[in-house]
Amino acid sequence: MNTLSPEPSAAPAPLLRTTLARRSSPAVPMAETAPAVESRDFKFWYGATAEPTLKGITLRVPRKAVTAIIGPSGCGKSTFLRAINRMHDLLPGARYGGELLLNGQSIFGPGMDLVALRQRVGMVFQRPNPFPKSIFDNVAYGAELNRLVAPRDLPDLVERCLRQAALWDEVKDRLDQPGTGLSGGQQQRLCIARALGNQPEVLLMDEPCSALDPIATQRVEELIHELKRDYTIVIVTHNMQQAARVSDYTGFFDRGELIEVGETEQVFTNPASPRTEAYLTGRFG
Amino acid sequence: MATSSLPTPEAPATAPPASLVGAQHGDRVFRLLLTTAALAIPLLMGFLVYELYTGSALAIDRYGLGFVTGSTWDPVAEEFGAAPLIFGTLLSAVLALLIAVPLSLGVAIFLTEFAPRWLRQPVAFVIELLAAIPSVVYGLWGIFVLVPLLKKVVFPFLRDTLGFLPFFQGPIYGPSMLAASVILAIMVMPFIMSVAREVLLAVPNSQREAALALGATRWEAVTSAIVPYARSGIIGAVILGLGRALGETMAVTMLIGNRHEIAASLFAPGYTMAAVIANEFSGAGTDIHFAALTYVALVLFVITVLVNAAARLLIWRVSRGAPAGGTGL
Repeated sequence: MNTLSPEPSAAPAPLLRTTLARRSSPAVPMAETAPAVESRDFKFWYGATAEPTLKGITLRVPRKAVTAIIGPSGCGKSTFLRAINRMHDLLPGARYGGELLLNGQSIFGPGMDLVALRQRVGMVFQRPNPFPKSIFDNVAYGAELNRLVAPRDLPDLVERCLRQAALWDEVKDRLDQPGTGLSGGQQQRLCIARALGNQPEVLLMDEPCSALDPIATQRVEELIHELKRDYTIVIVTHNMQQAARVSDYTGFFDRGELIEVGETEQVFTNPASPRTEAYLTGRFG
Repeated sequence: MATSSLPTPEAPATAPPASLVGAQHGDRVFRLLLTTAALAIPLLMGFLVYELYTGSALAIDRYGLGFVTGSTWDPVAEEFGAAPLIFGTLLSAVLALLIAVPLSLGVAIFLTEFAPRWLRQPVAFVIELLAAIPSVVYGLWGIFVLVPLLKKVVFPFLRDTLGFLPFFQGPIYGPSMLAASVILAIMVMPFIMSVAREVLLAVPNSQREAALALGATRWEAVTSAIVPYARSGIIGAVILGLGRALGETMAVTMLIGNRHEIAASLFAPGYTMAAVIANEFSGAGTDIHFAALTYVALVLFVITVLVNAAARLLIWRVSRGAPAGGTGL
């Protein structure tokens, strides 16, 4: 394991964590419960470059809440998100350092099964990417693949996921129709239902509304609001208003660093860092 | 007030710019040119069918449709039946596809999904080069390398292990239906492989990511998401191979043994329509022999068209509901 931060012995660990936390996170109401996802001085390189794309991110993602990650283009927010379910494994030469934990277990550790990780951490992408299969098969895909439920229970699961994704009423009469025939907004909700079909713990959303019109965006935002009762959600967004609307906590990334993180209201109304304030008021980014 | 800010519709209508007229004139010429070119193709097809029909009229009058079911081919007695030829053509093509499709799809999937990056382009290039080798060279290679190998090693092995099946019984000659099918498979592989590879490369990365993010292994992503996405294009690749296999002449006639006979055993020699035309056309002494060979050509033409039409239908059936980009070919 290529942990770059020297792993302290058991006793001074909390001390280190607080110092790290203080550096990046002034208000720490997020630390009250055990986090769903936690990164400790997490670094990431895309190739053999000396400059890391992520320069030591320390962040705790609280359970059953929406955490938004905002920041200008190229700040590393998507890179961080995609590290959580190891989508970077596809890229040759990508490296990481520090620690990234899911429920206290190292995501890159030898004990972590990649398939199990991706079942536990669902992902919704920037552009809706349903399979050219029926709506039913799209939602049942993960559960069938990972054999989560008995085949006879699949219809129940599909209905439940489509209801959770607020799509059931629109598609219940045409579950055998191809998912690619739906509108863009419906496709994105289908992709959310598909991710829910895996019964994940954490749902990652990488700019899920950037390809949608305002009405479809609003529906997805309402959906995110509903989903946080059952799931931990991390959403990357370019849209600051969206972050303010949907999230409980907000982290601001800039040039591979986490500038600040805290409760959304506090970050937006009273940012601790002048860089956050400059970004939020539109002076850069 | 709002309307005054809009351009009045009368202004552009009064004086159409002269260049537009010129463009229309040029367009008309261009369109005429293209229409002629497009019409030339079906016209040529019609002319071909007409020629084949008139050329074979003598044989059609004498044998009728019984030509297709008859199995004697005796130019001296002037008795002609094409059943063994049709059988040989279809069987060799189907066998060739049975061998070539799994192999070429496997290679295509390996090259697009699993091979290290530095290996992908060179291997694809070499395989595409195989398509450029003339078929007579394949035939020679078949006679000197493939047939001895099959005769000494592969055929005895098949007879010993699968000899209980009627397909793998009887004497081993060397030149045979199976030998021709193997060379056909080798010849159509580059076509199927390179088209299938292009189709798989065209599958958007988002589909890969979607499958992987849902906990699919690389292999599951290929079988459950990537190949289904590309299925209509892959069928197109297979049809391209089938078309090649049905019409291939030179290498087949060098390896198939050229005997008018429907044999159950794949070790026995056979004959194909293309091969008989190539072999006998220059030596056709009588008008009826010539007409019979032209009739064979007509039957080959009809079968090829039918097979392609059926394949088109298949693509159309499976590509309903598939993304628009996937319906190519």
